[in-house]
Amino acid sequence: MIQDVVSVRLPVGEDLIIQKNHIVGDCGEGPRICIITGTHGDELEGQYVAWKLGRYLKKRIHKLRGVVDIYPSLNSLGVSTIERGLPGFDLDMNRIFPGNTESSANEYIAKKIVEDISGADLAIDIHASNIFLKEIPQIRINEKTADKLVPMAVHLNMDLIWVHSAATVLESTLAWSLNSTGTPCLVVEMGVGMRLTKSYGDKLVAGILATMTHMGMLHEPLQPVYPPIISSDGFVGYVNANQSGIFMPEKEHGSQVEEGEILGYVADPLTGIIREELRSPITGLLFTLREYPVVYSGSLIARVLGGAEE
Amino acid sequence: MNKKVIYTFSALPYRQKIPVYGYYFGGKEKTVAVVGSMRGDEYQQMCVCAMLVKRLKALEEQCFIKADSGIVVIPSASQFSMNVGRRFFPVDNTDINRMFPGYNLGETTQRLADSIFSTVKDYQYGIQLASYYLCGDFVPHVRAIESGFQDHSVADDFGLSYMVVRQPQPIDTTTLNYNWQVFNTTAFSVYSGSTSLVDMNQANASVDAIIRFLIKRGVISEEAAVSDGVPTVHVGEGEMKKVQTQNAGLLHKMIKPGDRVNKGQVLGIIIDPYEAEVLEEILSPCDGVLFFSRTAEAIAQHELVFTVREE
Repeated sequence: MIQDVVSVRLPVGEDLIIQKNHIVGDCGEGPRICIITGTHGDELEGQYVAWKLGRYLKKRIHKLRGVVDIYPSLNSLGVSTIERGLPGFDLDMNRIFPGNTESSANEYIAKKIVEDISGADLAIDIHASNIFLKEIPQIRINEKTADKLVPMAVHLNMDLIWVHSAATVLESTLAWSLNSTGTPCLVVEMGVGMRLTKSYGDKLVAGILATMTHMGMLHEPLQPVYPPIISSDGFVGYVNANQSGIFMPEKEHGSQVEEGEILGYVADPLTGIIREELRSPITGLLFTLREYPVVYSGSLIARVLGGAEE
Repeated sequence: MNKKVIYTFSALPYRQKIPVYGYYFGGKEKTVAVVGSMRGDEYQQMCVCAMLVKRLKALEEQCFIKADSGIVVIPSASQFSMNVGRRFFPVDNTDINRMFPGYNLGETTQRLADSIFSTVKDYQYGIQLASYYLCGDFVPHVRAIESGFQDHSVADDFGLSYMVVRQPQPIDTTTLNYNWQVFNTTAFSVYSGSTSLVDMNQANASVDAIIRFLIKRGVISEEAAVSDGVPTVHVGEGEMKKVQTQNAGLLHKMIKPGDRVNKGQVLGIIIDPYEAEVLEEILSPCDGVLFFSRTAEAIAQHELVFTVREE
């Protein structure tokens, strides 16, 4: 059943309605899981997951216990206008949670979204990097919530669980707002902005179904999932450009690289010269790679995952 | 005056190198740092700084700047955005004022923020010409984030009508104002009325306020000519009465920031965009002064449209 989460009248003859697909299983009461995506309007990988999962569960409703809420587009204006942020608004939507009812329509919407999700047994917030970087399927967990969330994340069929350090500014994200008030929320990052990567989406859908089976929501044989690599900041090497120009990659995303190996070049098409060679700082997995070619000094080019625990 | 390039952003190969300038006045002590536009539509903020540079140049020639006291003014870090009409950094749409204290090995705007912060962080006083996250006009005032690190009474030396203190939200912890305070600089933001429209009268008033501050802090001689200030009322941002829209449509405002208002007075109306029927009269919640007025021709429901300082 399609339900309205929050509605706000826009200036000219239109209501902005954030909706969800509210799926109630035939096997009685049980846990509630929320699948959330579209906070950033240019991140579309979650659209495939929402669609595929909704279709699958429609056919398996007789085997479902509990509730699945699918929120395909928290930032509907951004998705509809190919804009990462909230159109006409300064702040990133994922920096205004838990929202409030005293400032702006967007902060009002954020508050209503948090109220709607709160109390779920698990929330999965699907992101897709941005238009600049491609990511392998991964889950990012704030170190402050790692003890609780890592055991819940291992069934999601993602390649990597990255436990990252805490930062005060991240306390305004949807995931933090939910986790800090008792609703466990896992953040998925995979693929690249403005594109769909079907293989990644299929992988995550399988992981969500496996997680639901573990939670006792699906009465089906458990689908096999691969154990993820679990890592922390200390094992991640960063490569940033120090020159401006056009990035020309030399390595494939997701490949193994050696310390000192050339990952790509910053090229100058005007003069035909190479402005900078970009080398891997460590041996490991090239799990993040620049997708958008125009770079400036400081642009993130790659992240390499070194020796991490399996 | 000594003009230095404090950072150069390379936009090669298709744009020329983009500098961030620092204008240095007075002596070697790090006394007052002033930072102007960090967003591409902060033309008023850049204008205030440009006029301040001009005024300080004249004061220095008159030997009115104390020998040891040092002042640096950075009029703009947003030249790249200004020349293409974008509020934020044009490539990744990041906000330089959400990147502090910066990181010299990080991403592009982290490096830019680091270069600014490295230049201004050890100064005794920091003044930022700032704009608000909601587009609108203010009564000119001075503002600070409540970090617990500083004495806000110093703000009275600007001689502006109001000093507004904001309780920090997580997102505020990456602003210049907050990080200045963390690193022991007494920091204030001066709101000069408008943002994207240049208002020369307000800009002059803001320059006067900064000069008054410099005189009171002993950086500039009292012989320097400047208009008189007014007593400053300290007010918490949360104490302001907020007025939000209940409807959506075309917005017609009937008053401007600084106007006195009475409880129940119509501040503006919302009109049906297709049939011109009045959908809502927006009423003042109290007697006082209109402090903030949203800049918008059309507005959605649940939007903050005015704030009123109750008096």
